[in-house]
Amino acid sequence: MSANFDSSTHRTLTLTARLLSALHLDGALFAGLLAICATGLGIIYSAAGEDVGMFLRQGGRVVLALAALITFAQVPPRFLRMIAPWLYGLGLLLLLIVMGVGDIGKGAQRWLDLGIIRFQPAEIMKIAMPLFCAWYLHERPLPPSFPTVVVLGLAIAVPTAIIMEQPDLGTAMLVAVSGALVILLAGLQFRYIVGVGALVVGSVPVLWSFFMHDYQRQRVLTFLNPQSDPLGSGYHIIQSQIAIGSGGVFGKGYMNGSQAQLEFLPERSTDFIFAVIGEEWGLIGLTTLLLMYLFVIVRGLYMAATAQDTFGRLVAGSLSATFFVYVFVNTGMVTGLLPVVGVPLPLVSYGGTSMVTLMAGFGILMAVHTRRSLRSREL
Amino acid sequence: MIGTPVRSGEARSFTFDQFRVRLRVVLGIILVFACGLVIRAVDLQVLDDGFLEGQGEARSTRVAKLSANRGSLLDRNGEPLAVSTPVDTVWVNPKEVAKAHASDQIPRLAEALNRDPQWVARRITGNLDREFVYLVRHMRPQDAAQVKALGIPGIYLLREYRRYYPAGEVTGHVLGFTSVDDVGQEGLELAYDQWLGGQAGAKRVIQDRYGRTVEDIESIRSPRPGQDLVTSIDLRIQYLAYRELKAAIQQHNAKAGSVVVLDVTTGEVLAMVNQPAYNPNDRDQYTAPRYRNRAATDIFEPGSSIKPFVVAAAFAGGKYHAGTVIDTTPIRVGIKTITDEHPLGLIPLTTVVAKSSNVGMTKIALSLKPESMWGMLDSFGFGKVTGSGFPGESAGLLNHYSHWRPISQATMSYGYGLSVTPLQLAHAYAVLGGEGISRPVTMRRVEGAVAGERVIEESVARELLKVMEGVVSQDGTGNRAALIGYRVAGKTGTAKKATPGGYSEDAYFGVFGGVVPASNPRLAAIVVIDEPRGKQYYGGDVAAPVFSNVMAGALRLLGVPPDGLDTVPATTLVRALSAE
Repeated sequence: MSANFDSSTHRTLTLTARLLSALHLDGALFAGLLAICATGLGIIYSAAGEDVGMFLRQGGRVVLALAALITFAQVPPRFLRMIAPWLYGLGLLLLLIVMGVGDIGKGAQRWLDLGIIRFQPAEIMKIAMPLFCAWYLHERPLPPSFPTVVVLGLAIAVPTAIIMEQPDLGTAMLVAVSGALVILLAGLQFRYIVGVGALVVGSVPVLWSFFMHDYQRQRVLTFLNPQSDPLGSGYHIIQSQIAIGSGGVFGKGYMNGSQAQLEFLPERSTDFIFAVIGEEWGLIGLTTLLLMYLFVIVRGLYMAATAQDTFGRLVAGSLSATFFVYVFVNTGMVTGLLPVVGVPLPLVSYGGTSMVTLMAGFGILMAVHTRRSLRSREL
Repeated sequence: MIGTPVRSGEARSFTFDQFRVRLRVVLGIILVFACGLVIRAVDLQVLDDGFLEGQGEARSTRVAKLSANRGSLLDRNGEPLAVSTPVDTVWVNPKEVAKAHASDQIPRLAEALNRDPQWVARRITGNLDREFVYLVRHMRPQDAAQVKALGIPGIYLLREYRRYYPAGEVTGHVLGFTSVDDVGQEGLELAYDQWLGGQAGAKRVIQDRYGRTVEDIESIRSPRPGQDLVTSIDLRIQYLAYRELKAAIQQHNAKAGSVVVLDVTTGEVLAMVNQPAYNPNDRDQYTAPRYRNRAATDIFEPGSSIKPFVVAAAFAGGKYHAGTVIDTTPIRVGIKTITDEHPLGLIPLTTVVAKSSNVGMTKIALSLKPESMWGMLDSFGFGKVTGSGFPGESAGLLNHYSHWRPISQATMSYGYGLSVTPLQLAHAYAVLGGEGISRPVTMRRVEGAVAGERVIEESVARELLKVMEGVVSQDGTGNRAALIGYRVAGKTGTAKKATPGGYSEDAYFGVFGGVVPASNPRLAAIVVIDEPRGKQYYGGDVAAPVFSNVMAGALRLLGVPPDGLDTVPATTLVRALSAE
């Protein structure tokens, strides 16, 4: 029996390994992502009040996102590098179109409706930005020279500004961060880092006065003092912290969160789903989920460290680190460490667009990782 | 690189190792932030635990009220006088109605509620910022169930208790009534509110953001039902008194009236009725004056019905007895000459009382020391509340003798210049009937004998009762109070009403007070008819018959053995017995 079992287990493992390798997938990363998605689906079921319809729709999105991951994993990195500038150009064009359409229609300026599918061009930018920056730096001497930094700075600033104007502060920030991380990983010298840092700090008052919308300014003010308007703009922050805090160490149990289940917690299946986890699963649940994220990120950074060319390293490093920024901005917002910025909890929040983009990014990571050859380790 | 000299060597080429260093730095920063998150979570969930948990509970848990059943009021034989019945109150959460877009259901709702649709619509749409608005309180449970069955979102029922008074108008004044929140407002309901009112219970429930109760968590305290109260009222006598009084009021076209019946041996109030009355089950159409229990709250000048107590003072002084002859030729006191309607000449004291001679009373009174006359009236309870505990009971009015002048002492002897309530007067008669023992008036049933306090000598009381029997004799003023088979001791009174311009010449109080059976009194009763507008207005004509009718029934109901069969002609007795 035991021999039989061993051999059948062995066969299964071998088969899985072959399949993963044939599909250019990284087993560890893939398993980590699946674990997060499964957790997310479980939480959605509870947060949505046992709404089977919502559960199934989200399940469908997970399948779609996994398909995107597998698809992108098949694309050779060299090909990606080749099309990077075109992808960037396309994304920028679509952003401009959406801006124009929105101006004419006076409506929402985020969505592009192609009849069969609707999507946000900003999502393309999340992928195209790190690809473009990595492509630009790939053939150039590193650390990047000043003109290179200026060119890339502009390449990041323009789409970021457009997305900010949509207005979608969260996505704009993520796009900017993904580009900036590429430059940083490419060896940006400390004087530039300090300079950019100073520039950012210096631009805060300008942004505050001229670029931020009233509601965004309100969010920051509310963040600083949520009790100033507990039933209005402070409601989200206060309620989510109460929900998390009332979970305690072990939580109230699955489907037993009174704040979430009784609708005291707003946006509980989307942006504030982290609070549901905190209430129902307690500190244990939050920490576990955080560890899952860290596992994925560390695995991604390891892939970046073992990638074989500049393009691969920079893309892998940027995508992994950006994923953490994603996680941190959401969890920081829900726990009251950061102001409210409309960023969903990656792979867990209800909604599909960001999940597909994220999984596509991980597909690229796997493509980079699985196509190593034993060539030069020189950068 | 404009303006910056190109450095050679170390920084020109970014090595793979340096890239790995940068990756580690990035990883380090990530771990620092992740730690920050965990610390924040610990802060919220462990260190802040109690506070935020409390806040969470404060948002989702509420204390809900559990109505307690109010105790019943019973008559002395256990008949229910006031009972609480379960009813349902319909309330609405306007926010929820608006959220469910159920406004188009309002006409259906209004129909089921039997209310004007516009009123219902205003009630809901005018309170959209609120989460609890009463729609209809105290519906019959089956009607409320129909409202609930409509299935309109935001419409809820609340179980409450409503007071029901089976005897309606008959016991209205005695019992009073409760507010819509089941709190006593008048009468015994108010006097014994603490005793009757239960203690509402409370339970902790979980509510969602829209105020809907999702789950009961625990019972904080179960509702403690109120206690029943056995009153001294005998519902049968109460009915009788009500019927007879109402008939007399209609017959004489009177403005108002009261009857009080006391048990002489215990001081219990067996019946207390007033006209005009009201039905406590349906108070909408009545005004506040109708709610007054005139028998306890209204004062009047007793007229001749006060005379027995002045005579009591005379007897107690030892100078007078029933046969003492008194000259009733008119007498001048101060500037006023006191006369009788019909001159009576020299008559014995018995006749002075029987014929109600004001001159005779004046002469008796003026021969008494003000101190002793006041003392006697005071000891019979005039000028003091009876202690029945009835809300709003009046103390009447009896000036201290130090303020008396001869004329006031004279008029007081025939019932002007002092004021009493019917209840007070009934109590005074009960003291006479109790052979001089004063027992406190009570609205609650008394078990066993009541000791009381002696006010006059038994012999004095007996002699006085004998004198008062003369009032009900063939030529007495109160002959219409006579009963077949029972001896009655009583006194009529006809008092001019005091008006702002002096005493009225055409508005009177017709009063009769008495005790039965005279040989061994059991009951004392007062009948007051306020402003009889017919041809008759004397107390002997308007009040005495009521006394007779009520007492005849009450004595029979109580099974009191007759004491006057020997005076009744056999034929009358047979007729009376066969009529029953």
